[in-house]
Amino acid sequence: MRETIIARGEVYLYPMLMIMTCMQACSKRWCCIAVCVCLWWFAVLTPAIADDTLSSNTGHSFVEQLQVLQTGNFSTKATAVEALEGIDDDRVLSVLKALLNGDLRYRKDDDRVVFIKDVEEGYQLTDVLSGVDLGVTGRRNVKKITVNNQLRGQLRSAIARLSLSHKNPKVRLTSVQELIKDMDADTTALFRGAMGKESDENVLDVIRTGLALVDINAEDRSTRLRAITELGETLNPIAKVRLEQLLAQDNDGAHLEADAELRRAAQKSLNRFKERQELYELLNTLFFGLSLGSVLLLAAIGLAITFGVMGVINMAHGELIMLGAYTTYVVQLMMPNHIDYSLFVAIPAAFLVAGLVGVAIERGVIRFLYGRTLETLLATFGISLILQQAVRSIFSPLNRSVETPAWMSGAWEFNASLSLTYNRLYIILFSLLVFAALLMILKKTSLGLQVRAVTQNRPMAKAMGVRTEWVDALTFGLGSGIAGVAGVALSQLTNVGPNLGQAYIIDSFMVVVFGGVGNLWGTLVGAMSLGVVNKFLEPWAGAVLAKILVLIVIILFIQKRPRGLFAQKGRSVEG
Amino acid sequence: MNHRIFNRNGPGKPLTRWLQAACVGALAMATPLAYAADTIKVGILHSLSGTMAISETTLKDTMLMLIEEQNKKGGILGKKLEAVVVDPASNWPLFAEKTRELLQKDKVAAIFGCWTSVSRKSVLPVVEELNGILFYPVQYEGEESSRNVFYTGAAPNQQAIPAVDYLMNDIGVERWVLAGTDYVYPRTTNKILEAYLKAKGVKSGDIMINYTPFGHSDWQSIVSDIKKFGSQGKKTAVVSTINGDANVPFYKELGNQGVSAEDIPVVAFSVGEEELSGIDTKPLVGHLAAWNYFMSVDADVNDTFIDQWHRFIKDEKRVTTDPMEAHYIGFNMWVKAVEKAGSTDTDKVVDAIIGVKVPNLTGGTSEMLANHHITKPVLIGEIQDDGQFETVWETADLVPGDAWSDFLPGSKDIEADWVALKCGNYNSKTKKCSGQNF
Repeated sequence: MRETIIARGEVYLYPMLMIMTCMQACSKRWCCIAVCVCLWWFAVLTPAIADDTLSSNTGHSFVEQLQVLQTGNFSTKATAVEALEGIDDDRVLSVLKALLNGDLRYRKDDDRVVFIKDVEEGYQLTDVLSGVDLGVTGRRNVKKITVNNQLRGQLRSAIARLSLSHKNPKVRLTSVQELIKDMDADTTALFRGAMGKESDENVLDVIRTGLALVDINAEDRSTRLRAITELGETLNPIAKVRLEQLLAQDNDGAHLEADAELRRAAQKSLNRFKERQELYELLNTLFFGLSLGSVLLLAAIGLAITFGVMGVINMAHGELIMLGAYTTYVVQLMMPNHIDYSLFVAIPAAFLVAGLVGVAIERGVIRFLYGRTLETLLATFGISLILQQAVRSIFSPLNRSVETPAWMSGAWEFNASLSLTYNRLYIILFSLLVFAALLMILKKTSLGLQVRAVTQNRPMAKAMGVRTEWVDALTFGLGSGIAGVAGVALSQLTNVGPNLGQAYIIDSFMVVVFGGVGNLWGTLVGAMSLGVVNKFLEPWAGAVLAKILVLIVIILFIQKRPRGLFAQKGRSVEG
Repeated sequence: MNHRIFNRNGPGKPLTRWLQAACVGALAMATPLAYAADTIKVGILHSLSGTMAISETTLKDTMLMLIEEQNKKGGILGKKLEAVVVDPASNWPLFAEKTRELLQKDKVAAIFGCWTSVSRKSVLPVVEELNGILFYPVQYEGEESSRNVFYTGAAPNQQAIPAVDYLMNDIGVERWVLAGTDYVYPRTTNKILEAYLKAKGVKSGDIMINYTPFGHSDWQSIVSDIKKFGSQGKKTAVVSTINGDANVPFYKELGNQGVSAEDIPVVAFSVGEEELSGIDTKPLVGHLAAWNYFMSVDADVNDTFIDQWHRFIKDEKRVTTDPMEAHYIGFNMWVKAVEKAGSTDTDKVVDAIIGVKVPNLTGGTSEMLANHHITKPVLIGEIQDDGQFETVWETADLVPGDAWSDFLPGSKDIEADWVALKCGNYNSKTKKCSGQNF
């Protein structure tokens, strides 16, 4: 609706004039057309004008600014966002939010600005001005109103200001967290206003910190002291910067802040801040380590069965993980509208796919090579190359995009210094679940009993009527299937591509050897301790050096204890 | 015979058609035969298997398309072009072997290929020894100029330096994280950037340099370090020379830890449309990339190229990328140079190609310079949720590629000029040409 820029009076004037000139005009046919055009004009414009709101102090019009958003460049869009914020209209917030999320678009054929919602057949359109449902249209029929980083930042703070009085405390919390980044006079006033009304403790905390950040430069000395103490209680990194500024010295060693008592207070607050921050950082590193450990555990646990229990050096283990990841991709392709549930389907599917491939490998190749370690190694290495190239031929050498379900994105924010990302949190839980399930299978089921019997004494198990060949195939399939399940988890963390497996094969062997071949608990402890050690080394050694150091530690450890952390004891091992 | 009757019964018309068809058929069959003895061979040296296949396969297809188009126009010098495709399988020594094979056995007139710097370095002695021509299409760390190599990708001053300028002047960045994969391109680029930033008055406390292994996937600690580094009250940006594969987990971790592009923008030099097509771009929206070409560039010549590519590859979803544009420019320059020289002889083409101007895909004209690099515009783009880039900034003029960076102590005084000096590394202080180009 490009015409909406014309002032209100004129809007009606034009068609009137047209009708009047038309009356005097000669041909009836022309008159007809003119009337039609005028009617159309009314029809199009009337709802728009009825829906407009003007800002009380600046006189900006909602419709007008929407128009600027649609047609302007980034800098005019920025002024439009500013103007929109000043207009008291319920639709402003949703427009700004949609703009930020990329859901504000316009129809190509009539330039009508709409909200979109992604549905199966295309986009579900809602008129911004009237809120009328405009039905579903093809994805190509609407064009996005683009934003850049500067606009995004502006939108975020505008939305934060507008939703400061939202009824949900979580929304208010994100608002104040956004606003505290830039404490100017307006925000200070907003915060002071919100202070009295706010009831949620978390929100209040942020508001107090924000005000303390301002008060630390106040005129009144006692206000400053109070602010300094206040900042010692928070974990917001800006507080640390401010406190350090108070303690700063100029080039001659003279203090920038003359008041010694204030400096002492600042030092005290800073120490308190650092103390707490260090504790949370330690927890954070521990979490990082456990999460790396859980990834290692997932990657290695299948190998703990095939290599640890059966003694097969399976170089194609990484590719079985890769197959699991590709299964996730295929599952997501088949259920594009249920991404949130796709992983639950992918887990059993990946287990089956990788497990079946594993059984095929065992029946086709490995069973002829039992007891010949070197040949097994070379043969399975060949299989790994075949699987990689097969995936390259089927899915193309490019990485495939596996989407992260909404419930796995984001982080659980404990406080400003400690936030745990959901995907890692779930993967730690998942790896422990898989571990427990595997342990149950080996300890409590008859398959587990047979597996243990066969690995401990094959001829005796055979004599007792165990179909050892069958058990071999199933065990290998179980190990491979678990590798596939690991692939589902890894698809959430890393690239799904033909090279996925290679990145994990060395780590997996490392964990199994370190933990003790043939012992599942060893794999668990090995994986977790390697993860934690790696993460504690990383901050001061760098990622590359940390990996090297961990490897050296393992080599030295294996020299001391060749059978790993949890060495298996008994006659079967010696034999 | 009545004319009308003849027409209605039309026994003659099918006959003429048949004859025509037969003639065309015979011609069509005769054409390759006639040219087979006398074609110009073009070598394509890109990995089609192994790790690098992910990036290089597309470039092989691009070259096949360009050669097909040129043949439709009648080839060069009246001869058809013939592509010789070899697969160096992401194996660096194999690159050298395959180059030797292309030059000695197939006697190709020019080679278009390589992606990683290490593959180029392994090919370099061979093309110099056998006097071949190599067109190298990927952005690289500079510090090289060979008589036999033409660098159509960006030198550091055509990608890294303008990107840093943009962040410094337009975004107001004061603290810098230089993050890269641990190999020659990131290390050299970061060295140049560090020197450049310090020359601009950035203190060393405001620069954080971090290297990670190839395919690094656990970014938790590094992202949390970046977050801490960026929360000191000064605007912070990450300049990323992280290699392709490791980028996805890196951006995912950034997203999960709540580091958004508005807080700490990441400008990447190795993330293009191709890399983005393999990932979920939601967490990346707003992060930046610096290239000399984006698929989203609004230019007629670009639209034509994209249509051509889609027709050739028979897939509407395939994207076009910066290295593809580099091949487009390089190939057209070579064609022009061969026509200018009237021969495919290496010495003649090497002389003729200097100063050759061809249109690039952003609507301008690129020129081959005496240092064997080309002029290009520099574009900064923000990643959009459809995997495309929205250009937010571009250089006013084309930037000439500089082989030897002015910001590294050793390379400041070195010049490459294959016209006046006949040297790829002339030292302007000692007034000597070391003669060695790598």
